[in-house]
Amino acid sequence: MAERSFAHEVGKLRMGLGQEFRGEGILAVTKALLQSGVGYVGGYQGAPISHLMDVLSDAQGLLQELGVHFEASASEAAAAAMLAASVNYPIRGAVTWKSTVGTNVASDALANVASGGVTGGALVIVGEDYGEGSSIMQERSHAFAMKSQMWLLDPRPNLESIVAMVEHGFALSEASNTPVMLELRVRACHVYGSFVAKDNRPPKFTLQDALDSPTRDVNRIVLPPANFLHEQEKIQKRWPAAIEYVRRNKLNEFLGGSAGEVGIIVQGGLYNTLIRALELLGLADSTGATDLPLYVLNVTYPLIDEEIIEFCLGKRAVLMVEEGQPEYIEQALNTILRNADVPTRVIGKEVLPRAGEYTGQVLQTGIRAFMRKYAAEQFAAATPLIPSQAGELPKEVQTLAALLPVRPAGFCTGCPERPIFTAMKLVQRELGPLHISCDIGCHLFSILPPFNLGNTTMGYGLGAAGASAFNAPRNKRALAVMGDGGFWHNGLTSGVGNAVFNQSDQVLVVVDNGYSAATGGQDILSSRALNRSKSTKHPIADAVKGVGVKWLRGIDRTYDVGRMRDVLREAMTTPEKGPKVILAASECMLNRQRREKPAFNKAVGEGKRVVRERFGVDADTCTGDHSCIRLSGCPSLTIRPNPDPLRQDPIAHVDNSCVGCGVCGEVAHAAVLCPSFYRAQVVFNPSKWDRFVSGVRKRVIRFLQRRADRRRMRYAF
Amino acid sequence: MHSERPISIAIAALGGQGGGVLAEWLVAVAELHGWMAQSTSVPGVAQRTGTTVYYVEMSPKPAPGRRSPVFALMPVPGDVDLVVAAELMEAGRTVVRGLVTPERTTVVASNHRVYGITEKSAMGDGIADANAVLSALNARARRLICFDMEAAADRHKSVISSVLFGAIAAAAVLPFSRGTYEQAISDYGVAVKANLAGFQAGFDQAMQSSPVAGWAPPSSGPTTELGRALDERIKREFPAHLHGILQEGVKRMLDYQDDAYADLYLERMTQIRSCDESVARLSRDFSLTNAVARYLALWMSYEDTIRVADLKTRSRRFERFRAEVRAGADQVVYVTEFMHPRFEEVCETLPAGLGSWFSNSAFARRLSAPLFRRGRHIHTAKLGGFVMLSLLAGMRRWRRSTLRYRVEQARIADWLERIRNLAAAPGGYRAAIEIAECQRLVKGYSDTHARGLKNYQTVVEAAERMRGRSDLADAIRQLRNAALADEAGLKLASVLSEVAPDG
Repeated sequence: MAERSFAHEVGKLRMGLGQEFRGEGILAVTKALLQSGVGYVGGYQGAPISHLMDVLSDAQGLLQELGVHFEASASEAAAAAMLAASVNYPIRGAVTWKSTVGTNVASDALANVASGGVTGGALVIVGEDYGEGSSIMQERSHAFAMKSQMWLLDPRPNLESIVAMVEHGFALSEASNTPVMLELRVRACHVYGSFVAKDNRPPKFTLQDALDSPTRDVNRIVLPPANFLHEQEKIQKRWPAAIEYVRRNKLNEFLGGSAGEVGIIVQGGLYNTLIRALELLGLADSTGATDLPLYVLNVTYPLIDEEIIEFCLGKRAVLMVEEGQPEYIEQALNTILRNADVPTRVIGKEVLPRAGEYTGQVLQTGIRAFMRKYAAEQFAAATPLIPSQAGELPKEVQTLAALLPVRPAGFCTGCPERPIFTAMKLVQRELGPLHISCDIGCHLFSILPPFNLGNTTMGYGLGAAGASAFNAPRNKRALAVMGDGGFWHNGLTSGVGNAVFNQSDQVLVVVDNGYSAATGGQDILSSRALNRSKSTKHPIADAVKGVGVKWLRGIDRTYDVGRMRDVLREAMTTPEKGPKVILAASECMLNRQRREKPAFNKAVGEGKRVVRERFGVDADTCTGDHSCIRLSGCPSLTIRPNPDPLRQDPIAHVDNSCVGCGVCGEVAHAAVLCPSFYRAQVVFNPSKWDRFVSGVRKRVIRFLQRRADRRRMRYAF
Repeated sequence: MHSERPISIAIAALGGQGGGVLAEWLVAVAELHGWMAQSTSVPGVAQRTGTTVYYVEMSPKPAPGRRSPVFALMPVPGDVDLVVAAELMEAGRTVVRGLVTPERTTVVASNHRVYGITEKSAMGDGIADANAVLSALNARARRLICFDMEAAADRHKSVISSVLFGAIAAAAVLPFSRGTYEQAISDYGVAVKANLAGFQAGFDQAMQSSPVAGWAPPSSGPTTELGRALDERIKREFPAHLHGILQEGVKRMLDYQDDAYADLYLERMTQIRSCDESVARLSRDFSLTNAVARYLALWMSYEDTIRVADLKTRSRRFERFRAEVRAGADQVVYVTEFMHPRFEEVCETLPAGLGSWFSNSAFARRLSAPLFRRGRHIHTAKLGGFVMLSLLAGMRRWRRSTLRYRVEQARIADWLERIRNLAAAPGGYRAAIEIAECQRLVKGYSDTHARGLKNYQTVVEAAERMRGRSDLADAIRQLRNAALADEAGLKLASVLSEVAPDG
C-alpha cells in the first residue's frame, strides 16, 4: 500500500489475551488468523476483503516476529496454489479474495488441493459479494464448496462467532484433511463490533522447517491412480471426519424454543436479519429470545443429517431461510428427510424469493406466509411491532422514485482514465461507433453515463481476450481496454500474448494508473512507488514488448486529450497488422491526492510559495449546453441555476473539489467546445517578485478596465 | 419476551461525504455513554460518486445476566428512528426505500443538491424537482430538520458530516448530552477544530430550524438618462406584465452594443406586439410577445468573439473568478483561457464582404489551416493576453459591419417572420410561441452552435411543411424536446419521421 497507512489497525492486531478488540469484521478475521497460529497468508484484494490484505501488507514487522509469511498474490489462482504448503506439512495457511469472481479464478488450484487433501489447516476466506452494494454477478460460493468438497462455514455475523469460526475452521480442516471455506457477506465484513482477544501464536511448524526436511507423498498428487483414490477418500474418510468434528464441537446451534409444530433453519450469516424480522412480527424479542425452535447453520456444507432429523422430527413444517439460488440446502434437506422417512415439510423458496438479497422486509413477508399456513394459531397470538404495511408507500410518494436521479458509479475528480474515454468519444465522432471490449477495474465505469462506451466485460484481465473473436479482415478494428491490475493478473498472457500468437488486429489500451486502484490502491508490479516489502517499477512496456508486440505507443500524460485522440486514431487506422497496444499512463488521482494534499497543506503552512491550479467556468459565456459534461463527467464539473435572468438552462460550474487536472480545458480545446473554461493558478505565499509583477499587471489592467467600465456606464440602463 | 429495543439510524450519503466517519462518531457517542453499538455498510463502488447507506444500531448495555441485543445489519422499513441524509435527493431515496415512517422517523437532512450525472449531462434543463422531495419528506417524517448543511460546513471551513452530527445532537433522538458528541469529535483526532465548528453550526441552525429565506431578484429600475428614455418607451408601448422582461432585454442590448441596438430590439418587439394584439385580441395576456421578448434578446446578443472578449476582460469577472477559486486577499491569481478560434470565427469577425470572400476561399482556408489546428491559451490576467482581448472587445464599434452580424440579423429576421406568419394564420398562435422558443436550440460555440443551428433549421422547416395542421404546436414542441434529447440527433430523426414523415 503506497499511499495509505494502516498503522492504527496493525496496533489492534497486537492485542493480547483478555483485551477487548473493537473494529470491523474482516479485521477481526485477520486477528483470528494470528491467534490460530497461521503460517502463511495470501490473497488477492477486492471488496469486501481488501482490508485484510491492506492491513497485513502494513504489518510486516508483526508478521516477521511471529514467523508468518504474507503474500499479495498475483491472482486468486496464485493465492489458492499457495495452499500447497499445507498438503505435506502441518502448517496452517489462509487465503482470501472476493467471491464468486475470485473463486472462479482460483478454482483450478482449489480443486487440486481439495482432491489431494491437506495436512495443515487450510482456510479460504471468501467475501461473498452478493446483494446491495455488490459489483459482480450474483452467484453463490456454495456451489464451489460442493463441487470440490470443501467445507463451508457461514458464521453468525457478530465478531465473536466469526472469530470462533476462523479458529474452528483450521481445526476442522486438519481433522478432516479438507480445505475449509469461510464465507462472509459484505455487511459482515464491514460490521463494527467487539470480541475478547487472545494472544497471537507463532506457527508450531514453520515454513523453514518444511524446507529443511521436505517430505512427499505421491498419493497427494492429482494424477492416476491417486486421483481415483482421492474421490474414495473424500467420501469414506474425510466426510465422516468432518461430520464428527462439527457435531462434537456443536458448530451448528440449536437456539430458540423447543416446542411447537414449526421451526426455522437458517444460514448463520442471516441470523441477525432473521431475528429482527421475527421481532418485528412479535415472534421474538430484541435479544433473540423466541419460542420458535431455530437451527442455525454456521456450517452450511456438509449438512449434519442426524441434527437435521432430530430438529425436524415431530414438526409439521420447517422454514429454510437460504439466500440465493439454486437452493442447495433446501434440496438436500428434502433428500435427508425423505431418506429418513420424516414427513416434515420443508418450506423455503415457496414463501421466500428465489433471487435477491434477504432483507428484513423480505424475511418478514416470507415468515408471515409460512406462519399463516403452518402455525396460524401461534402467529395470531403474536403482536407485531410495526404494521405489515409499514413499508408500503402512499401514492404521492410512489411517483418520487422516477424523479430521483440515478447515481451510477463514475470516475473520481481528476481521474486520469476519464480523458482516455473522452478521446475515444472524439475518435468515434470521426470513425463511427466502435466495438469496445471492456475489462474489470475503474475503467469499466466507461459503460455508464456520460461516456456510454463499451460492449462487454468478460472478467478481470480479459478485456483483450474478449475482443479476440473480432479479428475480421475489415477496416474497422475492435478496441479493447485493460487496466494495469488486470494486465498483471492474467491479461499479459490471456490478452496480449494471445493477440500476438493469433495475429489479432485489435487495438488494446492498457490503462496504467500505477495501482490496483479499484480495489483500494494496492501496489502492483508496475507501480512507480517504492515499496519496502515488494518489488515494483517493472514497466508494462517491457512485458508487452517481451511477448512480441511490435506496434506500441506510450502516453505518459493521459490528460492530453488531443494526443490521446491522435494516438487512438492512428492505432485504429494504421495499415500495420497485429495487435496495437497503447499504454496510457497517469497516476490514479485518488492516491496521488492522498500523497500530495497533505504535502501541499504542509508547504502552505510553512509559508512556502506553492501554486494551486483549479478550473472554473465563466457564468457569462456558458450557454448551458453541457457538452463539456457529456465529454467529461468529472464530479467537480457540475451545474448550477443560471444567474442570467433571460437564460433558463442551468450553467456548468466547477466546484471547489477540483484538483486542477486540466481535462475540462483540454476537452474544450480538443472538441472545440466553448471559451467558458479557465484555469486559475492561485499562488499561495507569493514571493516579493510575485507581488511586484502582479502589482504592475493589476495596475495596468485596472486602468484599462476602468476605461471600459466608464464606457459601459454611458450605455447603462 | 420484553426487552428494550435498539435505536436504529440510517445514514444516506454519497461517496466522499464522510458517511463512514459520521457512523463512527455515532458509535463513539454511544460507547462513551456506556452503550453498545454496531455499525455496518456496503460501500462497494459507492466510493466513486455512487450513493450508499450506513446503518447504526445502539442500545444500553444489558443488566448482568441478561442477554445482549441482536443488532440487525440493515434498516427495515417502518423500524428506523433516525434517518440522516447528506443530500436532498438521497433524503428522497430513503423515503422511497420506505425508511421514513410518520410514526417513528426523525429526518435530519441537508437540502443542498449534488446533481446526478443525468441531471448534469442533459442538453437543456435536467434538474430534478426539489419541491417534490421536500413535500414527501414533510409528509413522511415524524419530524424534519432540513437546511443547507453544505453551506454551513463551507462557512466554517468544515465538512458536511460535522454539521450533520451537530444537527443530530440537536434533534435529541438519542439520549446523549451535547458534550458527548463533542468528545467523540475530539477523540477522533482529525481536524478537531474545524469539525467542532461545523458541529456547533449544525447544532445551532437545527435548534432554530428557521426556513431559509427565498431569493428575491434585486429591483431593476433605470438609473441613467438613456435607461429612463427606453423605460418610458417600454411602459408606453407594452402592457405592464411585460415590462420586467423587456427591461432585461433592453439592458442586454445596451450591454451588448448600444442604445441604437436597444431601439432595434424594441422596434422588433413592437411589431410582435401588434401582431399579438391583432390575433389574440380576446386573451390579452400577450404570451407570444412575452416569449419573443426573452428569446429575441438572447438571439440579438449572440456570442461572437467580440462579446466573449468583452465578457472575459470585465472588472466584474476578475472579482468573480477570485471569489470562485476562493483566493485569499494575499494570494495572487492568474487565469488562463482555453480558446479555440476557428477559421470560421475569424471570417465572421471580418467586414462582411471580406469575410464572406475569405470563408468561401478554399485557398485562404488551406493557407491558414495550421493557425487554427490547436487551441490557444490566453493569459487574461497578464498584460499581453488582456490587451489582446481588450482590443478585440473594442471592435464592438465595428460589429455592425461584420459578417457574423449580417448573418445573424438575417436569421433573426427570418425567425421573426416565421413567427408573425404563423401567428397570423388561423389556429397558429400557439405554434408561433413554440417557434419562438426554438431559439433555445441555438446555443454554445463552434460545433455545438452549428449542431444547434442545424436542429433549429430542421424543426422550423418541418413546421413549415406541417402548416395548417391542428396539432402543429404540439408537434413543434415534441421536435424541440427531441432535439435536446441527444447529441447525435437520433431522437430528433425518429420523432421527425413520426410527426412529419414527408421530410
